[in-house]
Amino acid sequence: MSDCFINGIASISAQPTTDPGTFLEELISYKEPIFRCHDPNYKDYIKPAAMRRMSKSVKMGVTTASMALKDSGVEMPDAIITGTGMGCKQDSEKFLENILHNDEQFLTPTLFIQSTHNTVGGQVALGLGCKAYNVTYVQGAASFETSVMDAQLMLSEESGKNILVGGIDEIAKNSTLLHKLDGQIKNDDIDLIDLLDSNTLGTVASEGATFMVLGAKTDKSLANIVDVETISEATPNEIKADIEKFVFRQGLSLDDIDAVVLGNNGDVKYDNYYKNLQSSIFSNIEQLCYKHLIGDYYVASSFGFWLACKIFETNQIPSVLKVNDVTAKNHNNVLLYNQYLGKNHSIALLQRC
Amino acid sequence: MNKGIAITGMGIISSIGNTVEENLNALKSVSPGISRIEMLKTRHSDQIMVGEIKKTNNVLEEELGLEPLHSFSRTAMIGTIAAKEALQDAQISDINKYRTGFISGTSVGGMDTTEKYYLGYNEIEDYRRFIQAQHAGFTTQSISNYLGIHGYVSTISTACSSAANAIMLGARMIQAGKIDRMIVGGTDALSKFTINGFGTLMILSDSECTPFDDNRKGLNLGEAAAFLVLESDAIVEKENKKVLGRVAGWANANDAFHQTASSSDGEGAYLAMNKALKVANMTAKDIDYVNAHGTATPNNDLSEGVAMTRIFGEENIPVFSSTKAFTGHTLAAAGSVEAVYSLLSLKENLIFPNLNFKTKMKEFSLVPQTELVAKEVKTILSNSFGFGGNCSTLIFTK
Repeated sequence: MSDCFINGIASISAQPTTDPGTFLEELISYKEPIFRCHDPNYKDYIKPAAMRRMSKSVKMGVTTASMALKDSGVEMPDAIITGTGMGCKQDSEKFLENILHNDEQFLTPTLFIQSTHNTVGGQVALGLGCKAYNVTYVQGAASFETSVMDAQLMLSEESGKNILVGGIDEIAKNSTLLHKLDGQIKNDDIDLIDLLDSNTLGTVASEGATFMVLGAKTDKSLANIVDVETISEATPNEIKADIEKFVFRQGLSLDDIDAVVLGNNGDVKYDNYYKNLQSSIFSNIEQLCYKHLIGDYYVASSFGFWLACKIFETNQIPSVLKVNDVTAKNHNNVLLYNQYLGKNHSIALLQRC
Repeated sequence: MNKGIAITGMGIISSIGNTVEENLNALKSVSPGISRIEMLKTRHSDQIMVGEIKKTNNVLEEELGLEPLHSFSRTAMIGTIAAKEALQDAQISDINKYRTGFISGTSVGGMDTTEKYYLGYNEIEDYRRFIQAQHAGFTTQSISNYLGIHGYVSTISTACSSAANAIMLGARMIQAGKIDRMIVGGTDALSKFTINGFGTLMILSDSECTPFDDNRKGLNLGEAAAFLVLESDAIVEKENKKVLGRVAGWANANDAFHQTASSSDGEGAYLAMNKALKVANMTAKDIDYVNAHGTATPNNDLSEGVAMTRIFGEENIPVFSSTKAFTGHTLAAAGSVEAVYSLLSLKENLIFPNLNFKTKMKEFSLVPQTELVAKEVKTILSNSFGFGGNCSTLIFTK
């Protein structure tokens, strides 16, 4: 528990989530199991000369970082913390393929330079001239949450800081395709909106970025991040107990939770982690899902943070998010839970401020 | 002075030894581990010198008792060996007796398996269990699952400062009471990806690297894993544990100069060292020895040297050395490898030498310690810098 408020947030996803003043009113439909994000006009945020060298991750990251900073009114953050499951996969893949196809010959440094996981964090720092603390977490589906935990820890060590925290993951042509071979991605086309009831193995893959500015409470504060926890591996029933403990630790009971935001991704093999909760401790709570709108990727759960902020801001719940019949009177406490392949579970509690 | 966080165990595997004891013996007998590459097939084998662990993957599998179909990537296997030794050293048998977490730094993760199987995934089903090894967190979880740690597990990837940042985060989390015990460190195996990547940057030396020498030609890549056990003082007191040393200072800053190159004024390195001294509540005069990043690239050693003169004053630089000529530059693991060496320095009261140094650099009068020397050492400052402008400094005390 700490004084950790979201004072600015921006998210690029497969839906037009960067358009101001909208909240999932107009949805883009997708049919293929791998689809890219809906691009904002990157030129509004990045100079053309710089953009030519930038990979998708860097473009998405630099743009959402800049949007979140603007939203918060903070010009220079006191730390930059990024999370990514796969890092700059496109450039890594191209460099790897060049090595393998050309027997380690005729290589150029640019792809290698841009392939490291901390490229986005480094590029955001470089763009801002920010010499402060800078770390990148790479922990699968918990990459974003471990970044938030570091920021939260930092604010408990020294209040008054403004911390830029972001999650970024991009699709890479062939590496993402490999996830069809090992069952992570569905083989057949599916209407994205029907993802949650697909009853087949695997999910659908997309990409996106979310950046937030965290700090002490201001008149711009959108939400309070009460607490975040990650759990590397656990069974569905262990997770149930962990979530109860997590809520009690905040001095709350499950009755105090107004809505849960869940990471169901339509993978019949692993959605039981959510269903086990939906039919028990969450059965009387309003349940919201979002991966049938944006697909799944390692930092997709960052979209849940964006959703909670939007709910607090607009006092609206787009009906497309609702997966049960319970409707909360007010939305003051929103609990997020996500996992991928039964690993890298994350629990977070966001509170209206 | 900040009392710091207790270190109660350490483990390491590198090109100079498979255990802490073997590493110490090699350092004491000045036996570097730089050779031609043998375990990894690359067309550059005659052009570069590396710090390679002379064990095949099959041997590593056997040592860990892994079935071939459940084997890990090389990065995960050497990581597991080092982490296991650290736990044994700390005499931990029941890993979950206290809230225990695991933080590993890695830059290549499972890249060694990816590059081996990438072109075969379509045809060969047995390979496909390594598809997930493409994300670095998978490597970390191979290790944490082996150790039985299932709660807080994270991976830091800030290139060559990753393990230093892992140690820093563990210390901060224990200090804040978020967790009781944290296994921290880093692991990176040699891979074609990094050999060719650093090759395209033209910073690989074709002979033994010469840190801080005016004629330095570049770095030798190395592979290694090293982990420390950090424990709260409550555990240390309750279980009357031996303490190897303490992490008393830490800081991370960004050079914000270039994606891969360091600035000529060493601003990021300066900020990291300066802040670490503040966290440790020390002044530059308190430092007895600096274990430098000293990769032997023209750019790093100049930038780091300038930063050291700014911190200590050119005339008052403490004894310093880079141990990279023993192990090669072990990338994400470097910070924890050098943390182990720092703890050995504290314990043995020895300064391990900066090998292959002959000529002072033109830009300043800095001369590293070139021979093994006995010296009372109480505080050590250790630097790790990486791509993305990431600069980290740790301070270890007795």
